[in-house]
Amino acid sequence: MAYSDKVLDHYNNPRNVGSLDKGRQNVGTGVVGAPECGDVMKLQIEVEGDRIVDAKFKTFGCGSAIASSSLATEWIKGRTVDEALEISNTEIVQELSLPPVKIHCSVLAEDAIKSAISDYKSKQAAGAAQERRQGQEQGAR
Amino acid sequence: MKLPIYLDHQATTPVDPRVLEAMLPYFSEKFGNAASRSHSFGWAGEEAVEKARRQVGALIGASPKEIVLTSGSTEAINLALKGAAEMYASKGRHIVTSQVEHKAVLDTCKHLEKLGWEVTYLKPSRTGLVSAESVAAALRDDTVLVALIWANNEIGTLNPVRAIGELCHAKGVLFFADATQAVGKVPVDVEADHVDLLCLSAHKIYGPKGVGCLYVRRRNPRVRLVAQMDGGGHERGMRSGTLNVPGVVGLGKACELCRTDLEQDAAHARALRDHFERRIFAELDHVHLNGDPQQRLPNCSNVSFNYVEGESLIMGIKDVAVSSGSACTSASLEPSHVLRACEVGDELAHSSIRFGFGRSTTQEEVDYAADDVIASVKRLRELSPLYEMVQEGIDLSTVDWSADH
Repeated sequence: MAYSDKVLDHYNNPRNVGSLDKGRQNVGTGVVGAPECGDVMKLQIEVEGDRIVDAKFKTFGCGSAIASSSLATEWIKGRTVDEALEISNTEIVQELSLPPVKIHCSVLAEDAIKSAISDYKSKQAAGAAQERRQGQEQGAR
Repeated sequence: MKLPIYLDHQATTPVDPRVLEAMLPYFSEKFGNAASRSHSFGWAGEEAVEKARRQVGALIGASPKEIVLTSGSTEAINLALKGAAEMYASKGRHIVTSQVEHKAVLDTCKHLEKLGWEVTYLKPSRTGLVSAESVAAALRDDTVLVALIWANNEIGTLNPVRAIGELCHAKGVLFFADATQAVGKVPVDVEADHVDLLCLSAHKIYGPKGVGCLYVRRRNPRVRLVAQMDGGGHERGMRSGTLNVPGVVGLGKACELCRTDLEQDAAHARALRDHFERRIFAELDHVHLNGDPQQRLPNCSNVSFNYVEGESLIMGIKDVAVSSGSACTSASLEPSHVLRACEVGDELAHSSIRFGFGRSTTQEEVDYAADDVIASVKRLRELSPLYEMVQEGIDLSTVDWSADH
């Protein structure tokens, strides 16, 4: 299996490996894939305002999966949440020159971004609902 | 020490210099067709082929007349299974084999099933062993053939061939043993082991690729096969086609070296394999040995490194050549059927690596490989969300992976 130079680069020098505190209100965590499939990606985002200021990943999977998720964190850092949602797997495939048999790795990376954002958004919605309830209770006193 | 290091001796082996030397005259000097009966070019080829038959026979305890030369084990397997099935179809159409056979056996059985044969695929133990009891239980009145792997190419497990052979003979059922990985590593004796058909391949035993043979028993009982390659009637009508004389010479020489060097080769490989495993198990945690720890080839080590995917590990040890049971390394994206049948779990199947040690493997190479593997596993575990969850005390079997997070 011949890997592209970019895949090798991400594999040997992965960007943004690690974890953010998933308990924090402004951190979104996405975990996609399954061990039985040989691919699990955890991608986390830290958001301030509407911008992703930090992103971290951890991946159980082949070199192409590791590269796809590493690239994903590189691309979403500094973008707004909406801009990050626009990233499609085909861009990842092109950037890393993934062969057909590895395209699913890029799809999973796109899913990981969306999953992290979805988690962030639902935390915001839950937080806002919480605030509204507290406000109503206070108003009722 | 030269890089890269080759530790994939189950996949293939380098041609031994002594084998190459024996082959060379038969390319451009003594190049006759072994079937040319009318001149000395042909006679020289025939003489070389007959010598090779004796060498092969001596390794497995067979007569040279019982050796049918082929292009390798895959062809020999096709000939044995299809040839016997067709020949004995009026006696019965049931075949017994196992779930951990090489694809050559499994695919040929599937082909026979499409043509109306019934095949029972025995489930092995957790360590890949097919027991004589399970074979006995599967035999029926219409069973004509039992086909089992002697030494498993992926996990190295050795089946109880002698016991299975005995029971097949007692029941009048033919026994075919795929000895491709067994010859030259463990003693093989078609008489003592009650084997009726057996295949082997030169390139697994330091011979050239493209040549192998099928042993076909001539006495007690006399086994007959329907040829799968029709033509000039070569190999007693069982396999037509001009013989690859240099290849056959190489096969013969390789078999001779296996016979003379078996103990030495096995001891050498076993020592290196054991040393390698000692280091891996001592310096890493969450490592699982696949296959039977006792009943296995001396030179094979199939290990799963939990929470690290196999292909990513192979990328990390780029100066060491090995293979993996992970789906990512197969064109079909399915993990190893052998590991699946042993129920190691898909997760461990995706993290498995097979190391094969050989005649020329050195201590220095093994230590280099061990260093590389240990360092790469540790680095990849830093990247692994599964390892992180385990460190946090989460039991992965309780996680619902289909949930969002």
